[in-house]
Amino acid sequence: MSAFDELYQEIIMDHYRSPRGAAKLDHVPQAMAHENPTCGDSIKLEVVVGAGGRLERVRFDGHGCAISTASASLMTESMHGLSVADARERADTFIKALRGEIPASVLDEMGDLAAFKGLTSFPVRVKCATLAWHALLVSLPRVTTPGA
Amino acid sequence: MDRIMQEKIQLIGPRSVEDIRSDFPILDRTVNGKPLAYLDNAATSQKPRLVLDAIRVYYEHGNANVHRALHTLGEEATAAYEEARGKVQRFLSARTSREIIFTRGTTEAINLVASSWADTNLSRGDVVLTTEMEHHSNLVPWQLACARRGCTLRFIPLAPDGTLDMAEAERSWDPRTRLVAVTYVSNVLGTVNDVKSIAAMAHRRGAVVLVDGAQAVPHMRVDVQDLDCDFFAFSGHKVYAPMGIGALYGKEKILDAIPPWMGGGEMIRSVSLEGSTWNDLPWKFEAGTPNVEGAVGLSAAIDYIHTLGLSSIGKREGELAAYARERLSGVRALTQYGAAPRRSGVFPFNLGDIHAHDVAQFLDREGIAVRAGHHCAQPLARKLGVPATVRASLSFYNTFSEIDRLVDALDGALRFYA
Ligand SMILES: Cc1ncc(COP(=O)(O)O)c(C=O)c1O
Repeated sequence: MSAFDELYQEIIMDHYRSPRGAAKLDHVPQAMAHENPTCGDSIKLEVVVGAGGRLERVRFDGHGCAISTASASLMTESMHGLSVADARERADTFIKALRGEIPASVLDEMGDLAAFKGLTSFPVRVKCATLAWHALLVSLPRVTTPGA
Repeated sequence: MDRIMQEKIQLIGPRSVEDIRSDFPILDRTVNGKPLAYLDNAATSQKPRLVLDAIRVYYEHGNANVHRALHTLGEEATAAYEEARGKVQRFLSARTSREIIFTRGTTEAINLVASSWADTNLSRGDVVLTTEMEHHSNLVPWQLACARRGCTLRFIPLAPDGTLDMAEAERSWDPRTRLVAVTYVSNVLGTVNDVKSIAAMAHRRGAVVLVDGAQAVPHMRVDVQDLDCDFFAFSGHKVYAPMGIGALYGKEKILDAIPPWMGGGEMIRSVSLEGSTWNDLPWKFEAGTPNVEGAVGLSAAIDYIHTLGLSSIGKREGELAAYARERLSGVRALTQYGAAPRRSGVFPFNLGDIHAHDVAQFLDREGIAVRAGHHCAQPLARKLGVPATVRASLSFYNTFSEIDRLVDALDGALRFYA
């Protein structure tokens, strides 16, 4: 497979074409948006933590490249049911793996997220793939508990 | 006649395009198994063998520090360095080589002015006027200078067609304006600004003028005396010379009156522990061991440009640009930006809803190098309402068939991302 095909794998293209967890989040103020100034991408997140302290729903609103859209989509799926601490750890691991700070092989244990292994040969695109995850890390401390 | 045959007999001056392409070793390489189509010339140009050889010969034959060695190599290196300065002086039609200061490039040249000139000429309440189409390197240094000096930064607005709204600039001229900083050619839209008229207008009202010439010098004859600008900055790497060398032109009277920027060796006349006196122009502004290799490379690049001839380069690039404009307007879902009557071979566009990064990545798969992003002009991108665009930018060594490949690959991208 060429490096290009490694990057734009079927699973990534699928999440790009029909992103899961995408929604209009007009109630989230624009000031809460996370931005990648190099490409103008911007993303807003909504994180809902259930009564048991687990992530019940993660949705995103943003416009970006195929990689950042697919990454946000896969993230919303992979967060479902995690505790806040586990969610943070997962995001941390994903970001570190893409930045090359830990071996990319950890992605093999993260289900569909393994599709991002091909990204490690495109350092410029790492920011695209991690945008939603940085946004999540920022959003997690300010999670809203329904009824709270 | 088919296009390949046509290409073989395409001429730049007396030489065929094919022959001229062979001057640039890198144009032979492949990218992802395809011949490289380098369409990112506004970011940096490729280097002809003449330039690469000049640098090699300098190191193999004449390397020494300049202005301080009393030996043959030192004298030769100094001569080569100063000869390069003379070359730049004539290239820009400056009055004397005392007006040419070597810098790392455009950015450093502008920062020199935004420091030495600004700190001695701007007072609280003064205005610096720039435009909405500047590269960050002709914007951020003025933001810093204005913050330091308590001045206001104002902007000549962009008209919808991508030109500067000069009528509005005249109407809203602030009498406290001390300096106008404007790009000759926009790196995003390719707009060629009428900097001569802007300089005349500014001078009538008592302001000095700095022209960012980074995107102009590779494509057109520049005559700083005819433009009557006070400062002019450019980068060698965009005109077929190495990275890390460029120049600032400044009118001698102004340069004489402002203090040095950086301190160190070379820029001083005499130093005591208590204080120092400054060297003459232009060395007053060149602290430390300079980039002699870069100057030698720039000198060779200017020679190279002269062997082709700037008018032949302009004619060739005009033909390529006309062809690219026509072919790109035939691409489905493609939006081009900018419609200035005078434009260089710079083509910013977007392809449907596909993000510029994805388009560029797909083109790279086809061996085609373009730029994607805000092109170091975030305010302009915001004004256009598009955070990122794809930009194809031409040089005389590009070919009609490379433009055809671009158009075909864009069709491919539309299918791939559909
Ligand atoms: C119009 C313009 N000004 C300034 C610059 C900055 O040049 P450099 O990075 O070589 O200093 C560039 C190049 O990117 C440019 O296109």
